Amino acid sequence: MNKGKLEEIWMTVSIGVLVIFMVIVGYQTFALGMGPPSNKEVIDPQKVDETAPFDNPGLSNSGNNKYELVMTLEAFAFTPGNIEVPVGAEVEFTMTSKDVSHGVQIPGTNLNAMVLPGHIQKITQTFNEPGEYLVLCNEYCGAGHQAMFTTIIVK
Amino acid sequence: MEQAIDFKGRIKSKLGVNPQDATISLTYFTISFATLLIGGILGLIQGLERAGLYQLPAGFNYYQVLSAHGLLLLVVFTATFTMGYQLANLSHSFDGLLPKVRKMVWIGIVLKLIGVVLSVTTIVLGEASVLYTFYPPLAAHPIFYVGLVFLVLGIWAVSFGVMINYRYWRKQHPSQTTPILAFFAMGVFVLWFFASLGVTIEVFMIIPWVLGWIETINVMVTRTLFWWFGHTLVNIWYLVATSAWYVIVPKIIGGKHFNEKLIRLVIILLVVLNIPGGFHHQIIDPAISISIKFLHVFMSLSIAVPSLMTAFAMFYVLEKAGRNKGGKGLFGWLKKLPWGDVRFLAPMIAMISFIPGGAGGIVNTSNQMNQVIHNTMWVVGHFHITVGVSVVLTFFGICYWLIPHLSKRQLTPRMNKIGVIQTWIWTIGMAIMAGSMHLAGLIGDPRRTSDTTYAGHESALSWLPYEFVFATGATLLMIGVIIQVYAVFNMMFFAPKGTTEFPVAEPEEDQPKVPMWTERWGLWAIVLLAVVAMAYVIPIVDMIVNAPPGSPPIRTW
Repeated sequence: MNKGKLEEIWMTVSIGVLVIFMVIVGYQTFALGMGPPSNKEVIDPQKVDETAPFDNPGLSNSGNNKYELVMTLEAFAFTPGNIEVPVGAEVEFTMTSKDVSHGVQIPGTNLNAMVLPGHIQKITQTFNEPGEYLVLCNEYCGAGHQAMFTTIIVK
Repeated sequence: MEQAIDFKGRIKSKLGVNPQDATISLTYFTISFATLLIGGILGLIQGLERAGLYQLPAGFNYYQVLSAHGLLLLVVFTATFTMGYQLANLSHSFDGLLPKVRKMVWIGIVLKLIGVVLSVTTIVLGEASVLYTFYPPLAAHPIFYVGLVFLVLGIWAVSFGVMINYRYWRKQHPSQTTPILAFFAMGVFVLWFFASLGVTIEVFMIIPWVLGWIETINVMVTRTLFWWFGHTLVNIWYLVATSAWYVIVPKIIGGKHFNEKLIRLVIILLVVLNIPGGFHHQIIDPAISISIKFLHVFMSLSIAVPSLMTAFAMFYVLEKAGRNKGGKGLFGWLKKLPWGDVRFLAPMIAMISFIPGGAGGIVNTSNQMNQVIHNTMWVVGHFHITVGVSVVLTFFGICYWLIPHLSKRQLTPRMNKIGVIQTWIWTIGMAIMAGSMHLAGLIGDPRRTSDTTYAGHESALSWLPYEFVFATGATLLMIGVIIQVYAVFNMMFFAPKGTTEFPVAEPEEDQPKVPMWTERWGLWAIVLLAVVAMAYVIPIVDMIVNAPPGSPPIRTW
């Protein structure tokens, strides 16, 4: 086979694979609702404590083993911390930052989201396995960044 | 001096880089490898700290070391090497730089050095532990940002110089296409100029804010402008590396370079498509809609197309050279390649590592998978394989012919052997370190985090074995850095006098004529801006129109 023909086959297959790849990512994003956390609400980052719902952070049960967790992030703490939920709980996290950029991550799950000052971020996670989950900040936020963590106990 | 035949088969009066331009390139390499030594030591310190094997002395912290490591290696080492190498290529292609361009380049060197000294001093003093990304509202000392302005001005001085020289040559040779290495250099500096616009606007938003002239800043806009620059920068290094893959490597293995039309098409695509790739750093950000993010999956993946063209072209060139030397069977040609020649071995391993590197990049740019690995050690492993191997090993390989060529010395068999050993140490060190970083990231180990077990949590304890492996890899890499720095300065000042070839491959026989339309850089700049507009106008307007009240400067270290 000559070079031109081989090159044509190679590029057709390669671009074909990329297109299939795009279709799968698109299907998961739009049809299965697996898109990345992208909430668009905003808040005054200097008035978080006075603005609902962050004036009263905490966990609330909305029935049917569904929970809403309103959480603030600041250097170097999650408020509230040490949360407990029952096995199978579907928790919607509503978060914002009171100072610099933070990131929230729960190893062992796919929960991973940037939490930036001025923006309200939302992400939902179902906890099907009992255990103590580590909740950590994964965006550098200052000298105590490595000390910014809490836990979620599922039992 | 030796005689040489250039791309058009015309006899050149002399071969090589003009002596005045050689001084420029050697100056850049001196800065570059001095920086590599410092940056490498800082890297080792982090590796050991992260594994809990070493504690920093009082008054210093992990994030300060990390800020310096990132800035020195990503913005100084690679940038100065690139300039030294690209200007040598240009001088070689054009029979010397124009005197006024030479002046602009020297001004660029001085501006860049001023910038580095200002920014690094603030980091050393503990006034700018803001990492390579310096995301507002983290606010460093104003001098840190002033240093960045000088750095950018230094880049612009050289970029404009290259563009002026390129235009001058085109005017003098209206019926010819430029030599391929000069075309690469033009692509590199055009992309560099447009990439730096993003960070320039960002820094000019930050300076009045840290000085207190304006009270608050738009966090999302600055973040987006940073990634306009921050990711494109690493792709500039990749474009620089491909210039050696396409044009230098074929000559070293005794082959010819691939069809120049395809090479030029790859360069143009890498230049025009590149900038929006930065958006995949923001896949899990708030304030950007899911449909915009999906558009950016597409825009980031489009950069894979020229890379796949490169993969085809390089394997074709390698196989053909191997078969011409008598390689038989499906893989017999591989054995015929000069594996004992560091000028080939280093860029060859660099190219091979771009296969997993590129595949990892596709993971990073895909919405759902990005969410799994975002801000974990996976990402650190990814850029140590791409920048740390694909780019840096190519750069190291270039040193073994370019530095003795410039210093009018020889590459001795002994130095070649040292280079081969260095290449293997580097390869093994990076394979161990980047490999374990990828694995640790998949099980959640966060990046950019000082040593901690999160109060002995079992997830964090499961990362510890991998962190010991990072430290082992980092130690091997430090040995590699020392050998490389020794080799560079030996070839610069102490190797036996003589001549070393500047290896530029010739095209294959019966190649189609190189199309003149590829020379239309004005048009490519417009296409680049159109692609940038497509990617950025909607999200940035949205971030400004629907902006929350801004953030004041905050210092948390």
